[in-house]
Amino acid sequence: MTKKMDIKKILLDNGIIIVLMLLVLITGITKDNFFSWNNLSNISVNTAARVIIAFGVSGCLITKGTDLSAGRQVGLSACLAGTLLQNADYSGKFFPSLGDLPVFGVLLACILLCMVFGLINGVVVSCLNVPAFIGTLGMQLIVYGICLVYTNATPLGGYRKAYTVIATGKFIGIPFMFIIAFVLGLIMWFVYNNTRHGKYMYAIGGNESAAEVSGVNVKKTKIIIYVTAAALYAIAGFLLGAKAGGASVNMGNGYELEAIAACTIGGVSVNGGIGRISGVVIGVLVFELLKSSMQFLGIQTNYQYIVQGIVIIVAIALDIRKYIAKK
Amino acid sequence: MAEYRLEMKGVSKSFPGVKALDGIHLKVRPGTVHALMGENGAGKSTLMKCLFGIYKMDEGEIFLDGEKITVINPDDALHKGLAMVHQELQPVPERSIAENMYLGRYPLKSFGPLKVVDHKTMNEEAAKWLDNVKMPYDPKAKLGSLSIAQMQSVEIAKAVSMNAKVVILDEPTSSLTDNEVEALFRIVRDLKSRGVSMIYISHKMAEIREIADDITIMRDGTYVGTWEVKDISDDEIVRQMVGRELTNVYPPKEQNTKDEVVLKVENLCSIHERSFQNVSFELKKGEILGFGGLVGAQRTELMEAIFGMRGIKSGKVLMHGKEINVARPRDAIQDGIGMITEDRRGTGILGCLSIADNVSISSLNEYLTAGIALDHKKIEALVKDNVAKLSIKTPSSKTQIQSLSGGNQQKVIIARWLANNPDVLIMDEPTRGIDVGAKYEIYQIMIDLARQGKAIIMISSEMPELIGMSNRILVMCAGKLTGEVSGDEATQENIMSLATKF
Repeated sequence: MTKKMDIKKILLDNGIIIVLMLLVLITGITKDNFFSWNNLSNISVNTAARVIIAFGVSGCLITKGTDLSAGRQVGLSACLAGTLLQNADYSGKFFPSLGDLPVFGVLLACILLCMVFGLINGVVVSCLNVPAFIGTLGMQLIVYGICLVYTNATPLGGYRKAYTVIATGKFIGIPFMFIIAFVLGLIMWFVYNNTRHGKYMYAIGGNESAAEVSGVNVKKTKIIIYVTAAALYAIAGFLLGAKAGGASVNMGNGYELEAIAACTIGGVSVNGGIGRISGVVIGVLVFELLKSSMQFLGIQTNYQYIVQGIVIIVAIALDIRKYIAKK
Repeated sequence: MAEYRLEMKGVSKSFPGVKALDGIHLKVRPGTVHALMGENGAGKSTLMKCLFGIYKMDEGEIFLDGEKITVINPDDALHKGLAMVHQELQPVPERSIAENMYLGRYPLKSFGPLKVVDHKTMNEEAAKWLDNVKMPYDPKAKLGSLSIAQMQSVEIAKAVSMNAKVVILDEPTSSLTDNEVEALFRIVRDLKSRGVSMIYISHKMAEIREIADDITIMRDGTYVGTWEVKDISDDEIVRQMVGRELTNVYPPKEQNTKDEVVLKVENLCSIHERSFQNVSFELKKGEILGFGGLVGAQRTELMEAIFGMRGIKSGKVLMHGKEINVARPRDAIQDGIGMITEDRRGTGILGCLSIADNVSISSLNEYLTAGIALDHKKIEALVKDNVAKLSIKTPSSKTQIQSLSGGNQQKVIIARWLANNPDVLIMDEPTRGIDVGAKYEIYQIMIDLARQGKAIIMISSEMPELIGMSNRILVMCAGKLTGEVSGDEATQENIMSLATKF
């Protein structure tokens, strides 16, 4: 009896992941190239950028917040990097007289710019007590507006090799982007599990009042979370720009929702206090595999959105179910 | 006409492990105010919940005007003529007065094939009833624009509009000013003259004298007796309310109090007028200082203000003779104060986190290596040490705290503060909701701490606990300190008379 119950519980708790893995298996068996090194490498590069965004969003979710400005910050970062790292002889150069800037310096500039928005998000959420949903929704519009003003909606391209190589380059067969995401994942794992900040984050998510009473600096912790998240979006945007070899103001549109969905599929509770970096990685991976499978199965892009939407709703419904069962 | 408007006969109610009510009688005469008194936890609220069908009685009968009735739920009670004005009102402040009065029973009119709310009738009716209880408010005004006292009158008007025969007033004056109390009493007298009966739950002796005709006293879920107010003295009421023997559930008392004053509070005033005012006291090293009083005496508010959870308008808090500025709990913790709050679920446990996280959260600064990384081995040692010392019963240190029993959760919270090594530990209702065995262990921990020179403040609404544990007891009533009793001289009677002083 109990064993039967356990199996049912495991199936329900991991339902989404199990269904998606089955889908992946079916795709892999029926379509020849799905499990090829090339496709897996491609998936890993796609996953890399998305997982970096999800790392950022996960901190907000664990503290019962959210960050709807994530996607637009990714776009702004990609556009800023795009305008500063174009070939000298590119005809549509955004700043025609600009010399070759150091790539790493531009990355830092992107990170610093987004951290300003993250700081504002953090202050608005923790000090002004604006619900994260509303505060970051406003920031989403602001960042998009700034991006439009800055680029005048000009599509960007003609990037320097030194920039695009970050996306295309490989180290002993492993894409640079995968390595970058892996290192960032290790750092985030360390922060979540082995630092005071990580413990405070879980405590705030578990019970904010109790955390405050226990002496946790709730405001500071939340601000750090939103600033860190913004820095990660900047890195992701920078990498996505390199990968696409171009950028436009619409880059990153809706990525925050995919990141939130992926986190939830990976076991980050929307009720706060629960979530692991390994879960975030699994969630993003599953989501990217789903997209790739659908492409291989020849499902039209339009239908893919519908499927993704269903997956998000079912995932969150299952998550809430777990929480209610605990009560 | 029946002799009694409302009669409850032999009402009993058990919860798992507890007999909450045991053969209670309540007889309310027509057109009278009937006071229902008893200590916190005597079972007054449970009795009222049985009357309103919120709880199902195990035994007992209810008669209204001599007719036997069965109440299924509060809505049913309302239709039978029983209305309640709650201690904490539950209105919808953003909607109008009229809408609140007719919530759930809006007058309707036809609008083509649809039934829609008839606002005109509703507002006119509401105005009529408000006028009836001499509360001429605009029924279209937002309920939230009224004071609490005025909202209460609206509730009463609502009860009258439903033709209530019995109105229950549950501590209606707990948050009212003197003038507002006068206004409320005018309404009560007016209702009385119309033959409406009222059950008046209050701890305040003076009010009972002024407004009540009869009084029924309960104690520990049992029926003590019913008197006419004019036939019973204040002292007798107090004696009847507490009159139980102290059983030996406390460790032997120790006197560890040293001369050194650790915490000194001078003229502390809350930012809220109706909360604590001008409170001054001293706490000495090794002392267990009890804070007694009835619910609403503002003891919790006072302690939470000292700990930085609530605002202070004026006054000083000194630790070891030096004034401290506490704006948030973090500041208090740095100054050597710890606090175990009353609401364990709300502000104590980090429910979905492990025992280890719950124990270490306040003292993570002590467990760093290289200034960044947490030393999990040290934390594990701390947790193991505390689990053994406080005999916390848990499968492992990784167990979620919410899966433990109340007593073990409380011990984990105590461990959290011990890890911080505070000089002053404030414990607000430290044994609430905890079984007897665990209670004794917590008492023992308190005495051990006092022996180590920690100063402890304990708020308790359980009189025997207060007397059994404290070296000294301060009593509060309505936000003011009303007196001090030494631990040896404390009796339930002298504490209760201080606690009902105003």
